Amino acid sequence: MSVAGPTGWVGRSIRRLEDPVLIAGRGRFTADLPAAHRVRFVRSQHAAGRIANISAPNGIMLVTAADLKDVKPIRPMLHKFDYVPIGQPVLATDRVRFVGEAIAAVVAASEAEAEDAADAVEVDLTPADALIDARAALADGAPLVHAEARGNVIVKGTVETPEFAAARSGADRLLRVDVRSHRQNATPLEPRCGHAAFDPASGRITLTCSTQMPHLTRTAIADLLGLPEAELRVIAPDVGGGFGQKMSLPPEYVLLVWLARKLQSSVAWSEDRHENLIAAFHSRDQQITLEGGFDRDGKLVCLSADVIANIGAYSCFPTTGAVEPLMAMAEMPGPYDVRGYRCAARGVLTHTCPMAPYRGVSRPVITFAIERLMDRAAVSFGIEPSELRRRNLIKRFPYVSATGLTFDDATYVETMELAIKHIDLAAFRKRQKAERAKGCYIGIGLSTFSERTGYGTPAFAARGMEITPGWETVEISIDPSGFVEARIGASPHGQGLRTTLAQIIADEIGVDPRMIRVVHGDTDRTPYGFGTFASRSLVIAGGASLLAARKVRVKLTRIAGYLLETSADDIVLEAGVAKVAGTDRSLPIESLARAAYHQLHRFKGEIEPGIAESATYDPPGTFSNACHVAIAEVDPDTGRVTLEKFLAAEDAGRIINPMIVDGQIHGGIAQGIANALLEEIVYDGSGNVLTSTLADFLPPTAREIPPIELHHLETMSEATITRAKGVGEGGTIGAPAAVLNAINDAIAPFGVEINEMPATPQRIRAALRAVEKRT
Amino acid sequence: MSGKRDIVLSVNGRDYKIQVEPRRTLVDAIREDCGLTGTHIGCEHGVCGACTVLVDGAAVRSCLMFAVQADKKTIRTVEGLAAGDELSVLQRAFMEHHGLQCGFCTPGFLMLITGVLEREPDIGDEELIDVLASNLCRCTGYQNIIKAVRAAVQERRAK
Repeated sequence: MSVAGPTGWVGRSIRRLEDPVLIAGRGRFTADLPAAHRVRFVRSQHAAGRIANISAPNGIMLVTAADLKDVKPIRPMLHKFDYVPIGQPVLATDRVRFVGEAIAAVVAASEAEAEDAADAVEVDLTPADALIDARAALADGAPLVHAEARGNVIVKGTVETPEFAAARSGADRLLRVDVRSHRQNATPLEPRCGHAAFDPASGRITLTCSTQMPHLTRTAIADLLGLPEAELRVIAPDVGGGFGQKMSLPPEYVLLVWLARKLQSSVAWSEDRHENLIAAFHSRDQQITLEGGFDRDGKLVCLSADVIANIGAYSCFPTTGAVEPLMAMAEMPGPYDVRGYRCAARGVLTHTCPMAPYRGVSRPVITFAIERLMDRAAVSFGIEPSELRRRNLIKRFPYVSATGLTFDDATYVETMELAIKHIDLAAFRKRQKAERAKGCYIGIGLSTFSERTGYGTPAFAARGMEITPGWETVEISIDPSGFVEARIGASPHGQGLRTTLAQIIADEIGVDPRMIRVVHGDTDRTPYGFGTFASRSLVIAGGASLLAARKVRVKLTRIAGYLLETSADDIVLEAGVAKVAGTDRSLPIESLARAAYHQLHRFKGEIEPGIAESATYDPPGTFSNACHVAIAEVDPDTGRVTLEKFLAAEDAGRIINPMIVDGQIHGGIAQGIANALLEEIVYDGSGNVLTSTLADFLPPTAREIPPIELHHLETMSEATITRAKGVGEGGTIGAPAAVLNAINDAIAPFGVEINEMPATPQRIRAALRAVEKRT
Repeated sequence: MSGKRDIVLSVNGRDYKIQVEPRRTLVDAIREDCGLTGTHIGCEHGVCGACTVLVDGAAVRSCLMFAVQADKKTIRTVEGLAAGDELSVLQRAFMEHHGLQCGFCTPGFLMLITGVLEREPDIGDEELIDVLASNLCRCTGYQNIIKAVRAAVQERRAK
């Protein structure tokens, strides 16, 4: 790694361009908009049942499915793996399928009046038996959540490589882990929120909503309502976090647009936290049985996985509910070299809230599974977990995995060695021994993993997705005053993308990033694109920004060449001026812009008017990587886990803004720690959510998150044109496994294991109690 | 439904004469009746702290207080932190140390910490973390919020 500092804007921790507005309380979030009407949804209090009648006292404006006969159900599609397309009506028709499902809406002048009106709505519903757990839904004779999905299985992926059978029979030992990841809610601090307004002049509707994907929201709603997309404008203003929960289409937004058209007015809905916890999308509800076969040297030779994902009552748009089980199948081997692989992954319908992507999507769970297996193997072979990993991590690149994924250059071993060096493993083991002698149980846990980022169209097509959100377009223009505007289809909501894209563009065209306005989140103002999710924006929108900026650069140098009477090749763009290299002759970019618009005659017809360029980028995809290390203390009397330290060594290629990268990793790790220790959506046997406040769901505070130490390798990637890889999800992917491995290392003397997350005090105590009884 | 009451909210030095139902929360009154939307609503049950404002100098969850209870009291919100264009020490520290990402929780944290530092300028580091644990942030993992607050404490003490 070079020690020289960056020469341009890229690589510098410049302050975020987003901040001055947000810090002063001048941000514009959806709920800040005034509306003529407020909407409140009446939600099912039963997990399953038949609706007989819905009524409201006179004077209440009530909307039910009977009013929405022309509105199609949300029915995302996948063309592989025996996927069964199922529909979700915008409001429940004759049946309800989860507690929290919207069955009616009321409209009133204020939120309080809408809540009063919703309370007055009477729903006559005959409850039916509910399926909450995926295994119960798979049982013979279980009732069907959707008649068309036999056995309640919506998708089934299977794979077995030709090497598997022989590798398994030749293995020195077979080790098995059964892991359980309980349900999570991404819990953005701003709940979902939508505002639809009718414009009497054009007849168009503007939907302002807290979304990560404005363009796909427009497509989806236009399709469901049978409208041309041109009649709908979708705006994602400031969005208070998303973490994936806001990349799936909420049925509520469809109804808002329908209502605004019907009332020819403005309507708004702000989800409350209770609704968010029970009815916004859930995730990570999986059970995995993983068996690894190892040769006598501790080399993994085969891997066999059975994945059951509880995907809830409906399939989310656009990814479908198959996203978790299929990603588990494709990426289970993680960063390890193994040729023998077999997997069966099923997505199972239950009477619970639909599952959808949440930062990391499936990989926090599969990393937990395989990293537990690796630690189990290390114990079995009597070696350090790091040594076991050293023998198994992929070392030669490009590496084509057992499932056909191409792993580009990465530093799996190097980041692990870096992490171990900084944590001082040898010293820790000494301290651990001394502490144990005093009855104090501390443990260390490692997690080595890859983070697939910035994947393009072919990667999504390989999954059989109807919609393959692989590319992004960026348009860059310079107006006659010399101000630079970049319009992007990506839709950042906290990632600082306005700043990082401006840094990339600034270096190409030689202006200060503060002179560049990055416009996003408005379908009327930005080119079609897919939004921000899957650690894709910096890679894909960043790549498109670079390509578009290069075109602008070419145009600026040509203009300058004409005006300065020299070859375009002699022009250097820097600090807002175009200079003739080696001379003191120069022109400010404003003059070039002015001439491009207002003095076209100076270019003898050889230059097109204006400065506006566009470029699209659709990359093959790449893998970032990292090693996380947690040090935890477990109090065996109470089951309490205290994290002493958390360290991550990561490599995401070129770092555009180190400050922002660290912030992404910090936040991801905090969510991963919460996943490992605290957060859980708990259903009772009849399908009611018992954790419907933030005092029950338990997002961590500043007290629960330990100091996080970060180290970076900045290996320039050949896989992307910016040489940068994505970094948005790695924190959440790696942290849970590191924490669970640390807990298990701490309690190893008791001879028990915790393979369930969150590892709550109750679960840890239950495991310890079991051995206390035996002894 | 009970009728509306006339109250006066003094927010950031300006009096807002408004009419509210007794059940209207302070945060709704600040956002909708006074038009100050910098204060955010994250949970409406007093856990997340996004709606934190200062009422007579004390940090208050404005979702747990009725507007009528704040009648004639002195309220400060995020919009009142800067003096004109000059940001407060704390606001600058948040920007400098990347203490915000999506920015939704930020006004609540700023008001929480502003209130504490005005009341207890010599607060210890451990106590400060306890105070920060009053509010939730979903983006930063708290690392840079703590860094920003420590920097602001240092700067205030150096003055």
